[in-house]
Amino acid sequence: MSQQGQGQAGTDQLMVEKEIVDKVIARFGEEAKLAYVKPRRIRFNVSKDIILDFARYARDELGFDHPISVAGVDYPKNKMIDVIYHIGSCTNDKLRSFVLAFAVQLDRNDPVMPTLIPIYRGVEYHEREAFEMLGVIFEGHPRLERLLLPEDWADIPPLRKDFHIKGREE
Amino acid sequence: MGVEMGKERIPGFELEGRDEDGMDRGILTLSVGPQHPGSGHFRLIVKVDGDMIVEALPDPGYVHRGEEKMCEYRNYIQNIPHLERPMIADSCGILYPYALAVEEVCNIPVPERAKYIRVIMAELNRCIFELYWLGIYGIFLGHSTMFMWPMADRELLIDLAEMASGARVTHAYFVPGGVRNDVPDTFPEKAKGHLLYFKNRLKEYKDIFYDNPLFQARTVGVGILSREDAINLGATGPVLRASGVDHDIRKVEPYDVYDEIDFEVVTMKEGDSFARAYVPWLEMYESVEIALQALEKMPSGPVRTKLGPNPKGAVGEAFKRVEAARGELAYYLVSDGNPKPYRVKLSVPSFREIPVMAHLLRGAKLADMPSIYWSMNYWPVEADR
Repeated sequence: MSQQGQGQAGTDQLMVEKEIVDKVIARFGEEAKLAYVKPRRIRFNVSKDIILDFARYARDELGFDHPISVAGVDYPKNKMIDVIYHIGSCTNDKLRSFVLAFAVQLDRNDPVMPTLIPIYRGVEYHEREAFEMLGVIFEGHPRLERLLLPEDWADIPPLRKDFHIKGREE
Repeated sequence: MGVEMGKERIPGFELEGRDEDGMDRGILTLSVGPQHPGSGHFRLIVKVDGDMIVEALPDPGYVHRGEEKMCEYRNYIQNIPHLERPMIADSCGILYPYALAVEEVCNIPVPERAKYIRVIMAELNRCIFELYWLGIYGIFLGHSTMFMWPMADRELLIDLAEMASGARVTHAYFVPGGVRNDVPDTFPEKAKGHLLYFKNRLKEYKDIFYDNPLFQARTVGVGILSREDAINLGATGPVLRASGVDHDIRKVEPYDVYDEIDFEVVTMKEGDSFARAYVPWLEMYESVEIALQALEKMPSGPVRTKLGPNPKGAVGEAFKRVEAARGELAYYLVSDGNPKPYRVKLSVPSFREIPVMAHLLRGAKLADMPSIYWSMNYWPVEADR
């Protein structure tokens, strides 16, 4: 499996990883915390105040232009909800094998953050899904409505950890 | 990098001109679906001005099953069968990144032979899926021969998949650590025969379908997706490649043994419904080539790493993606060290085509809706999960 990369390819990959991390740190300093660097996967945790700037920087300066996924994860123990954007690149040959993840950690009781639709149009429906599944409010989203759940859903957002499937409580 | 969405310039597009009572003057709202249009329940709310679509609001969710929630209640092995249910026509494609993600989180090695078998099965499934889709695309544009032929040829490939895995569809064949069982000894020979026959057969599709003036009249120049829009809207797979972006995960981030196999990434520049139908056809040739090469290079040896009961993951996360038949399929898997995953997020190509579909339908003619919808390769069950 070529996941780790061998020889020249592996060195190139490490250089690209370092370059991305250095650029982001130089631009955002303490505001973007590096969570991990794995082969071809880099994750930053950023605050919701700079998420728009960060995403614009990632698209325009770094070259991550292809939205792949928006995932929400509920951490009731830490009283927070992670919203993670996974962004790939279609046009920059050096970055095409990479996925940049940047996450916002929101207060679980008041999960509000700005929408990233102005930067990545493709996240519209992903954000709607995170809204109904985890109750995250994306400010500025044009249609923050129910998407996959039934119209008469009358319970808490189902991907929160305190929602249990009937008969399978544990 | 500017983002031009362009459609606003089309005359007659703006939703203005409301009457005093708030009604849109001359704008008619239609509900298309949610009856089963051949691939699952899905509704499009379409607003038309005459026969021009001024707005299309996709309304998925009729076949939502809560796959992601279900994952949190089952261990890594129990999750295998239900995760392939959203896309039974391409069940290997949807399980592939799950297997890769669990292998990373639980640190499971994969034997070399299993990697080749996975590649063969993934490519067989790609063809099985594309044929199914092509048949339905054909029948919905009124071309019944194009329904019959792919459905018949598909059986040959399904026979191969059945021979390897024991099931015609929903194989549950890819497991963390390899594949469930080895292929029979007679498999390589039989597979070569079927694949070579299928390759010859593919040529005839062009004569009967792609060169058909009626099919061309309904698809050429219809629903043009520009390169920039395709990227920014997150389009993937044949939809992206039909708009001139040579992005294929098998090539840009090769998994298993795709880096040892020689194949081309098919792209077209037109970005219309015809290109989106033509790219998968060209890709089936490549799939046959990949499968034949993998059959040739496949070493002998074990096909599965023996796992203990209830394998546990390390604390951490994995993001794995593969090129499924409809495009980039990614799993985001979070593990908290238990035998059950903490969170599984599927980013499926069908779901990512929803904004593309809404974008293309705006400003299109109502009569072009079927050809745009089907060229999206959109599968409601997969999108809803």
